[in-house]
Amino acid sequence: MALSKKTKEAFLGPLNANNPVLVQILGICSALAVTVQLKPALVMGISVTIIVALSNVVIALIRKSIPMRIRIIVQLVVVAALVTIVSEVLKAFAYDVAMQLSVYIGLIITNCILMGRLEAFAMTNNVKDSLMDGLGNGLGYAMILVMVAFVRELLGSGKLLGFQVIPQWCYDHGYSNCGMMFMPAMALILVGCVIWAHRSINEENK
Amino acid sequence: MEHAISLFVRTIFADNMIFAFFLGMCSFLAVSKDVKTSAGLGVAVIFVQTITLPVNYLLQVHVLAPLGLGYLSFILFIAVIAAITQLVEMIVEKVSPSLYATLGIFLPLIAVNCAIMGGSLFMQQRVLLDPENVKAIANLGDAFAFAVGSGLGWMLAIVCLAGIREKMEYNDVPKPLQGIGITFITVGLMALAFMCFSGLNI
Repeated sequence: MALSKKTKEAFLGPLNANNPVLVQILGICSALAVTVQLKPALVMGISVTIIVALSNVVIALIRKSIPMRIRIIVQLVVVAALVTIVSEVLKAFAYDVAMQLSVYIGLIITNCILMGRLEAFAMTNNVKDSLMDGLGNGLGYAMILVMVAFVRELLGSGKLLGFQVIPQWCYDHGYSNCGMMFMPAMALILVGCVIWAHRSINEENK
Repeated sequence: MEHAISLFVRTIFADNMIFAFFLGMCSFLAVSKDVKTSAGLGVAVIFVQTITLPVNYLLQVHVLAPLGLGYLSFILFIAVIAAITQLVEMIVEKVSPSLYATLGIFLPLIAVNCAIMGGSLFMQQRVLLDPENVKAIANLGDAFAFAVGSGLGWMLAIVCLAGIREKMEYNDVPKPLQGIGITFITVGLMALAFMCFSGLNI
């Protein structure tokens, strides 16, 4: 499949250099709240990727017929409809995860990544580029979620996806789980550290 | 009445929108550069929250729940919020042009401020709780208390952070950590401090 340079850039940019969480500082709320365990973080990342990609496509399709003045409301309705579908699907097939995510599924509507991408990209670009941009941003967001959740679940409970990974003999020799990791505050500090690492690496590459 | 007051205090401190639920983070981080603008945005959030949350409460209790239309709540709530924000924007533009000049670009952002939408979604969950529970929202008065409390809590958080960030300008922070990185860590430490309110009971 031959992709134009711009399409490729729309997909790859958000994964690193233009990451929605680390660089654009969008969608922080849910990124922090659902990262206590890996499983809800994965589900959230996938849901957001699907919704960003689809809403980007829908808005790119109808972008020429949206009146400028009410565009925010049109965008919100498109997103809200998609989020309702995802929320109902999750309740039907993954009820326990849907309960864990509670209000944060509904809050995808107000996730700044969505509005940011719709405003900045889908309103002015064609369908194919918008799809790639949506996928890239969704995956860039999911990547950070998974990174933070990995650290929090591993250090907080010694498990990954619910499986014990830190063997029993470590506990016998005095290792103990870090209860701090369950607290909301640690999510903030961890994201701060991820940003720190990301910036120092990107600085060296320049 | 007693319940409403207890809910109000709890919502400001123990269940603070920012430090316990991370709601409204995007504008929280973007705007908290100086105290004056932060206070303005805080007031705007309190205002919008106080209007939208009781409206959404009435919709939930009298329209959505009896008709079994719970799945429409996302679309309905966001429509109410977007409409009211538009209204507030128009009023502020008329009444206080100077406030409008500082808040201009942020007012439309309130529509997508998670604290507003999150408040309504929490309300939807809490309506179902046992009325004895401290977190329950049993009547319109409770909905008001929750709305004002969550707005005030949000404003308290953003003004505190803005104060700290103004002082931090003069500190020698490692270069890659400057700006947003150190802000995250500061908010993390503030969240730790706010955790001491979690045992609060009135």
